[in-house]
Amino acid sequence: MLVLEKNAITEEIEESIKLHGNNRSALIPILQDIQRKHSHISDFAQQEVARLLDIHPVEVYSVVSFYAFLNTKPKGRNIVRLCQTITCDLQGKAAIAKAIERELNCKFGETTQDKKFSLEFANCLGMCDQGPAMIVNDKVYSHLTPEKAVQILSNIK
Amino acid sequence: MTTNKQKREGAVIFSEYERGSAIKKALSMGRDDILFELRESKLKGRGGAGFPTSTKWMLVAAAKAEEKYLICNADEGEPGTFKDRVLLLEYPELVFDAMVVGGYTLGAKHGVVYLRGEYEYMKKSLEDYLEAMRKDNLLGNNILGKEGFNFDISIFLGSGAYVCGEETALIESMEGQRGEARNKPPYPVNTGFMGMPTAVNNVETLAAVSHIVVKSGAWFKQHGTDKSTGSKLLSISGDCKKPGVYELPWGTKISELLELVGAENTKAVQVGGASGICLSRSEFDRTLAYEDAATGGSIMIFNENRDMLKVLKNFMEFFVEESCGQCTPCRIGNVKLLEGIEMIERGEYTFSYIKKLKDLGNTMKVASKCGLGQSSPNSFISILDNFSDEIFNNVNGGSHA
Amino acid sequence: MHKKEELRAPVSQKPHVVEKPENIDTIGGTVTLELNEKKVTVPLGTTILDACKENNIHIPTLCHHEDLCVAGVCRLCVVEVEGMRTLQASCAYPITSPIKVHTSTPMVRQARKHIIDLLISEHYGECYSCFRNNNCELQSLAKEYGVDHYNFGHIEKPRYEVDKSSYSVIRDMDKCVLCKRCVRTCIDLQEVGVLEAVGRGDQTRISTFLDKPLADVVCINCGQCINRCPTGALRANDPRDEIWEAIDDPKKHVIIQTAPSPRAAIGEEFGQEPGLSYTKEMTTALRRIGFDKVFDTNFTADLTIMEEGTELILRLYKALVEKDNSVKVPQFTSCSPGWVKYLEHFYPEYIDNLSSAKSPQQMFGALIKTYYAEKNGINPEDIVSVALMPCSAKKFECNRPEMHDSGFKDVDYGLTTRELAQMIKEAGIFLPEMPKSNFDNPFGEASGAGLIFGATGGVMEAAIRTVYELITGKNVEDFFENMNVTPVRGFEGVKYAELPITEVGPVPDILKPLVPNWDWVKGATLKVAVVHGTANAKKVMEDIKAGGKFSECHFIEFMACPGGCLGGGGQPIPTNKEIRAKRAQAIYNEDESLTLRKSHMNENVLRLYEEFLPEGPCSHKSHKLLHTHYTERGKYIA
Repeated sequence: MLVLEKNAITEEIEESIKLHGNNRSALIPILQDIQRKHSHISDFAQQEVARLLDIHPVEVYSVVSFYAFLNTKPKGRNIVRLCQTITCDLQGKAAIAKAIERELNCKFGETTQDKKFSLEFANCLGMCDQGPAMIVNDKVYSHLTPEKAVQILSNIK
Repeated sequence: MTTNKQKREGAVIFSEYERGSAIKKALSMGRDDILFELRESKLKGRGGAGFPTSTKWMLVAAAKAEEKYLICNADEGEPGTFKDRVLLLEYPELVFDAMVVGGYTLGAKHGVVYLRGEYEYMKKSLEDYLEAMRKDNLLGNNILGKEGFNFDISIFLGSGAYVCGEETALIESMEGQRGEARNKPPYPVNTGFMGMPTAVNNVETLAAVSHIVVKSGAWFKQHGTDKSTGSKLLSISGDCKKPGVYELPWGTKISELLELVGAENTKAVQVGGASGICLSRSEFDRTLAYEDAATGGSIMIFNENRDMLKVLKNFMEFFVEESCGQCTPCRIGNVKLLEGIEMIERGEYTFSYIKKLKDLGNTMKVASKCGLGQSSPNSFISILDNFSDEIFNNVNGGSHA
Repeated sequence: MHKKEELRAPVSQKPHVVEKPENIDTIGGTVTLELNEKKVTVPLGTTILDACKENNIHIPTLCHHEDLCVAGVCRLCVVEVEGMRTLQASCAYPITSPIKVHTSTPMVRQARKHIIDLLISEHYGECYSCFRNNNCELQSLAKEYGVDHYNFGHIEKPRYEVDKSSYSVIRDMDKCVLCKRCVRTCIDLQEVGVLEAVGRGDQTRISTFLDKPLADVVCINCGQCINRCPTGALRANDPRDEIWEAIDDPKKHVIIQTAPSPRAAIGEEFGQEPGLSYTKEMTTALRRIGFDKVFDTNFTADLTIMEEGTELILRLYKALVEKDNSVKVPQFTSCSPGWVKYLEHFYPEYIDNLSSAKSPQQMFGALIKTYYAEKNGINPEDIVSVALMPCSAKKFECNRPEMHDSGFKDVDYGLTTRELAQMIKEAGIFLPEMPKSNFDNPFGEASGAGLIFGATGGVMEAAIRTVYELITGKNVEDFFENMNVTPVRGFEGVKYAELPITEVGPVPDILKPLVPNWDWVKGATLKVAVVHGTANAKKVMEDIKAGGKFSECHFIEFMACPGGCLGGGGQPIPTNKEIRAKRAQAIYNEDESLTLRKSHMNENVLRLYEEFLPEGPCSHKSHKLLHTHYTERGKYIA
């Protein structure tokens, strides 16, 4: 990583700290800020967060690895989370997943080659009355059909 | 798109309510009077555990501490539950007003909504709503002119962990830790967020508080049964014509409910989500109540065409992934239960081993550290017991030999 | 709000705060409960586990360790408390009301058995191929509960690769039971912060930052995690095979130096009570194993005092009299390699405060392949130099690239107390029954001052015994009764003492090239501190950084391990508070039984200076062989 990039990340973290505070209870909001901006929390960012909050890097890693929405490896620009829990499952999740996989030529759990999408299964999204459902970034889509799901993704930049 | 498709009718939660009215009323009452009304109402926690809300609040109110916190548990992660989504999107006034009432009653200055990461899409609108409350002096300093009563609410976004719905795991998460449940005692009412007395209340519980404050505890307990007062918001999903959130009085029979939502040929009803129990037809005259079939609100309906073993496998996969992994019974126990289901799928089981796994499930219920591991074997045991003909004896379309 | 430092460890892992009344006789100071139908009165806030212990009720535990805060994760210690829906973890349940507890109901027994079954089902490997065979808590539990088959299957393939990257600590996560004792040791007890739980659900594991090899993270090699691991998941990097090979090679001249702490603990490996020294039995056993020479590290501990004490005097003279700003005070001791690496990682800006004197192990190494080799006409290439240490970090220390001042690898192998006990057993020897014998010369005679290096405060006490006499010209007994410098003894985490120097004598010959007179110390007060455990070291370092009282100290002893070397990461398992106290007593008793108790009175040391280092301590030659330098490592993990 270039020095300039590193400095930029440090500055961003410092900004987050200004917003959320510099004690440990600010850890998750800070990590969410980084995640939102960079689609992952890099080795360097984790160590910077640890340094600025005066905790150990392994503690940051431990927290990041615990939560499904935080990750250490770069992901695509858009994260697709298709609900895999029972009601959505019974209402046709598998067919939707297959359609998306075919269309994007990318398996769930992976990122498309152009880094546009990362496909993930998620546990219950709380849309059981309108399943199958998925969340793309922070937008929720319900009553999906294979066709509709593919259509939604094709409209995303 | 995320709104409730069903008509919002209900005697308690969905009854008339004017924004800010609970706050106004509360500020004109003494703190003891508010606690008294709550006790009168016999309101119990709506998250599932059913702890009396008045006791929780009294303990926090009575505690002496530099700081106290009121946390709204909006980490609605139980499969099949979405009532909090509806409440927060469509009735934020019920929830936030009650938090202000709580701040006043408990002597807390900070309220926090722990919003599950999956609901990030509603964060902006909730923040806008809070901003409007500040403008109207329903939040902030000297609320509605009450000298010295300062209270504000912030939103803490989760990051995708079902276990954070457990109140002490939720507090750990807010403190920047892994969402691992704490040892209890001490309970949060004594040692909660940052070691301070903390009340953690479910979204729906708070919504009920707003009504109780305005309309009295006596009014509230007219609804429901003697031991389960008031109503319950039920999140109905699965095989029925009209899924959605319904408000029904406690004591409603499962069969009445099925009729109401247009469920046909129902084979099974999962009450209480993945961590709840699965009832078969013979039990459909049971009632929804703390004293009978208790639920945090999730009702999932399965018709005759569904493969119950597949349903169960989906639940157990969920728990294997969502267990926090700290305590032995839950971390390894759920894996063993899932492996047992896979053995049945492959037809490589013995009845004696399945019996062993049920015994293990009973150990998990009592020996796990928190509610997750204590309830995850429920569906395993109840589905294998109630649908054994289908699963083991190839009756009713079951395909596992 | 809690202070940040209080929140370092997850709150769930902190012990419960139940205010215990100062005087338990006051009303409300105690609580009476029913323990298996028997009425028992305990101080309010006592855990069920402790109450059971006091009443001779055995409760199985796994994640519990008395040095560490409560975890409550293994769930083995569950008991039934009447009125509670679920079983309660007795280690984590403070008694504050008159509860009724049942410790052996069918439900409790079934739960414990299930938990053991579950742990074993995921525990890869076989007991007979594990170094903890016969000293494994999981194995004992399986025995206690009569496990005779795998109830829930048994893992057939390893899930993890064994991490052998470190010179000191090997991690085999397939044997891990996730009790988190190592995590609590590393984060709370030692504040090093290398290990934490990573992942969740069935993927949970104990790991390092980004799952990197241990050698690439900030591990200080203290091995405290090894001592607290209930199974074989953590072990020291074991050089026994190489040492046996050297012993069996007739061309090799294999020598062993033995540090003070192993002799006070090795008996425990042979089923003996803690607190008994087996110094002279051990020397015999070492010879029978086949070591060509058996030396005493205490000899170079005495030498360390000469070098480090002189360095201290010089530092103070340069800083206080010559006003040389480049000289850093306080001087930090450098004999604990865990502490040295801790400082290099966490406070690299203070490495100039570290005494440049090597640790006794490394001084010994440098002398063996030079002085000793010359004197005895042995080719240093043929010498295999082994160091028996209570320590896992010593294995790393002897592998530091700079430790080649003899022209060879100064010390070839660091061997822990546990590993030596194993070798003794392999040789068919029962240590406690060995005839007694003395160490070999010329490194066989050492003072009690060198011996007490093993306990926290020992280096400081040894230094005071020497520095006081060199400065005052009087006997240290005139200042401290029976030569025991009690202000620096004991297990308090941080000890601080002020020692006034009221009179001075003539400068002794050995120091004449270095200081003209003692006038500059007359009337001064020597401020010293003794610190053990790196969590305490951190507190003191932060105080120094902030310019607090410790920044005004002249000399500070730091030991990485709680209790000092006697509680080291290479010592017998278990190690706990009580055992550490007994080992310390063994060391102090042995010191008192000796006639030679001051480093500067060790005639062999004085002869070494005459014959080999004629220019005295801290001279050019001594710097070349007996002193070293350090590396600014920092915390960043690439």
